[in-house]
Amino acid sequence: MKYEIVCGIETHIELATRTKIFCGCTTEFGGEPNTHCCPVCTGQPGSLPILNQKVVEYAIKAGLALNCKINTKSHMDRKNYVYPDLPKAYQISQYDEPLCEKGYIELDSGKRIGITRIHIEEDAGKLVHEKGFTFIDYNRSGVPLIEIVSEPDISSAEEAKEYAEKLQLIMRYIGISDCKMQEGSMRCDVNLSLRKPGDPNFGVRTEIKNINSLTFIQKAVMAEAERQADILDAGGTVVQQTMRYDEKTNSVAPMRDKESSEDYRYFPDPDVLRFCIDDAKVEEIRASLPELPFDKLKRYVNELGLSDATARQISRYRKVAEFFEGALAEGAGVKNAANLIVGTIFSNMNTEEEKELFDIRISPAQFAALVKLADDKKINIGVAQATLQKMLESGKPVEEFIKPEDLVGISDGELERLCREAIEANPRAVADVRSGKDKAINVMFGYIMRKTGGKADIRKAEALLRKLIGQ
Amino acid sequence: MRAGISELAGRLRNREISSVELTRAYIDAIEKLNPTLNAYVHLTFDTALEAAEQADRMLAEGDAPVLCGIPMALKDNICTDGLPTTCCSKILTGFKPYYDATVWEKLKRQGAVLLGKTNMDEFAMGSTSETSFYGAPLNPRNPEYVTGGSSGGSAAAVCANLAVYSLGSDTGGSIRQPASFCGVVGLKPTYGAVSRYGLIAYGSSLDQIGPLTSSVRDAAIVFDAIKGVDKRDQTSVDFDYGPSLVESLDRDIAGMRIGVAEEFFDGINPEIEASIGKAIALLEKNGARIENIRIPALKIALPVYYIIACAEASSNLGRYDGIRYGYRTPSYTSIDEMIVKTRSEGFGDEVKRRIMLGTYVLSSGYYDAYYKKACLIREEIIREFDAVFEKCDVLVAPTAPNTAFPLNYKGASPVEIYLSDICTVPVNIAGVPAISVPCGEDSRGLPIGMQIIGRKFDEATVLQAAHFYEQAAGKVIGDYKGGAAI
Repeated sequence: MKYEIVCGIETHIELATRTKIFCGCTTEFGGEPNTHCCPVCTGQPGSLPILNQKVVEYAIKAGLALNCKINTKSHMDRKNYVYPDLPKAYQISQYDEPLCEKGYIELDSGKRIGITRIHIEEDAGKLVHEKGFTFIDYNRSGVPLIEIVSEPDISSAEEAKEYAEKLQLIMRYIGISDCKMQEGSMRCDVNLSLRKPGDPNFGVRTEIKNINSLTFIQKAVMAEAERQADILDAGGTVVQQTMRYDEKTNSVAPMRDKESSEDYRYFPDPDVLRFCIDDAKVEEIRASLPELPFDKLKRYVNELGLSDATARQISRYRKVAEFFEGALAEGAGVKNAANLIVGTIFSNMNTEEEKELFDIRISPAQFAALVKLADDKKINIGVAQATLQKMLESGKPVEEFIKPEDLVGISDGELERLCREAIEANPRAVADVRSGKDKAINVMFGYIMRKTGGKADIRKAEALLRKLIGQ
Repeated sequence: MRAGISELAGRLRNREISSVELTRAYIDAIEKLNPTLNAYVHLTFDTALEAAEQADRMLAEGDAPVLCGIPMALKDNICTDGLPTTCCSKILTGFKPYYDATVWEKLKRQGAVLLGKTNMDEFAMGSTSETSFYGAPLNPRNPEYVTGGSSGGSAAAVCANLAVYSLGSDTGGSIRQPASFCGVVGLKPTYGAVSRYGLIAYGSSLDQIGPLTSSVRDAAIVFDAIKGVDKRDQTSVDFDYGPSLVESLDRDIAGMRIGVAEEFFDGINPEIEASIGKAIALLEKNGARIENIRIPALKIALPVYYIIACAEASSNLGRYDGIRYGYRTPSYTSIDEMIVKTRSEGFGDEVKRRIMLGTYVLSSGYYDAYYKKACLIREEIIREFDAVFEKCDVLVAPTAPNTAFPLNYKGASPVEIYLSDICTVPVNIAGVPAISVPCGEDSRGLPIGMQIIGRKFDEATVLQAAHFYEQAAGKVIGDYKGGAAI
């Protein structure tokens, strides 16, 4: 492409606090319209907001996880605009003193996408158009949001998707939001302009509003970059406007123009006191943060020796990683534990949500008990997988399925005797192996496994067989 | 001499009179006088009588709070569950909140009997109560004159003895100025002393609820009952006033340092200046030390007030769009048109003027020159008050530069009326407490008010000085003839 993409993303994330940002109403999704409401979140005359401290804490968590500086002095502003879903005709937000500033997200390539700021604000209600009428549901009004604004550091559709994906992962990990894009608990606005490579100036940008999936972010960036490139190629100029991405046609089109340049008349909200967060509180929150997925990934690969692919799958979900690490703490071996999680447990989970929830019937200790049997070669991996499946289905411990007599294992002497037996019983296969048809050794493995009920250590058996055959 | 709260509380406890009888006496007086005076805009007699019966039961059980069974009134911008609360604006026609303001919740719990909601300037914007959608209340002392505003109905109701006491709200003088025009006592507490929850906002950083009463003692009693931190109002403050402000009223003022700032007397009507001078002399004679001080920033307090109050109001009043409550224009073809027509038809001129002013001063390009500058000067005014209170215990000043205007005073431009707030607005900007007490009459027999201003959360000293003056001065204005016969 002869143009360079300059892209920044603004992300709104609904915080998973139990109650709303300025009142005690529940933040629960759904519910009959206007049942999660009170005078405060419907902006009744005379009502006053009380800032939920949990919201501040959650936003600080987000800031720390995204390497931000935390502004220990902050305040709320009023953003004035008229829209029927906004019951006070102003949104309580933050303008010139955001809670967090100057962070970054590191992409797999090592490139850092800067985070300009994170601020807290309240969500608006929802308009519902039905039977020729417009209804308003204020259940969502006052649900706490954070807005995360990135620097225009993103220069490709892939980077845009990766940025949003990583952001989603981190927010879920630190437990401040479920970040469900379909339900609107994470919403992305993409700002994009093009310029000639090396040009220090930015081109005219457009804003694509409310993109609701990671894939659509990537597609929307591509579509908009192409659209702008076509305009520039034809000698035209890009118009600064708000766009909407249409997933059906995979195209970007201008939104119905609301009001061209709105003046929000921001000013400090006199109803909400300025707030100070002491450093000790910030440090307390920092200490409460879990190890983040990318740090885990690095550690799993570098220190535990897992493959990148396996480490990624385990570190991606906080509960899975905790289960894995719990099993290791109980003495399970790294490789068998990882492979059994990815191979057997995940085969029971078809969706991202299921892995995210990781609702399973056995404890890390029970899992470790099984893994240790495999580690000690007391059962082979096939038996381990089958047993694990039974444990997952029943929620019963390993002793229920593997009897002590099954665990006696095969002594070295016994194994050697069996190997000799296998060689004697299969002269043809022995000859084939000697003549270079190596696969023929499987015939003898089969013999030994049949005789031992699958309990023989196949690698030991192979070494013995080759020695005896004289290879 | 009319009966105050303490006396009535005593008579209720002696069974000399029941709360129902007392309430009926006030209802009779209201029915007789209110059609002329227009002090009340919503009457709540049915609930008042029920409350009075309930109060009589509480009194019979013994140990009832002092305000139990006493008939009173609330300004129409204080939310009352299930009862009209309209800010005397067309745009809130028919609005009945489903929650109580914290002050009303507190009073109700103590057995207060609400007679009705009092007249006021629309959304508390005005100094005469003439911007009320329901028409102006008349000054009971002379019905050719205004009550002052914006709590004009609350002042008139107390003045005419159509309520034992009332609550008003004060953003730039709206309790003190009508108190002075009607010859009653009005206390604007420290910002944060009384919860604003349920007070329909005008200028949120300036608004405070306070009592209008017939004596300083009553003001102390009512303030005692409504003050205190509220978890529903972040700007309310948990200040320890000690057991009772009423008990400290009778302290002597010998040695009290009283500041007199010449800036407060600039352009004051000479009759008022003379009357305040006489009051100061009386205080000095009784052992107070008079300190002449300067507060230069007072000269620019008025524009600061109008910028900040209007800016906040323009935002606070954005919610009246006809969607959820109140008035909605009867005909429209789109939601945008509905909002525009509802607001155009629902707000009066003064409210529109202040919304436009406020919108202007917050607009990008003008914000720094107006709103931001006003906030900086506000800081300076606060600093100057702090410095003055290092040297003085209280300040004494006129409450208003003039006595009551005649009704429909044609000569007055909006700015001339704004100027009448000059003595009261600095107090709101600084967030300090102040009281207005009657200190004389002008040549037309209209009451004059003296303002006593104190340190933040030092209502005790303000009330003490006012009470001392009230006792020492004796009768300074004529009695109002009429009102409840009790």
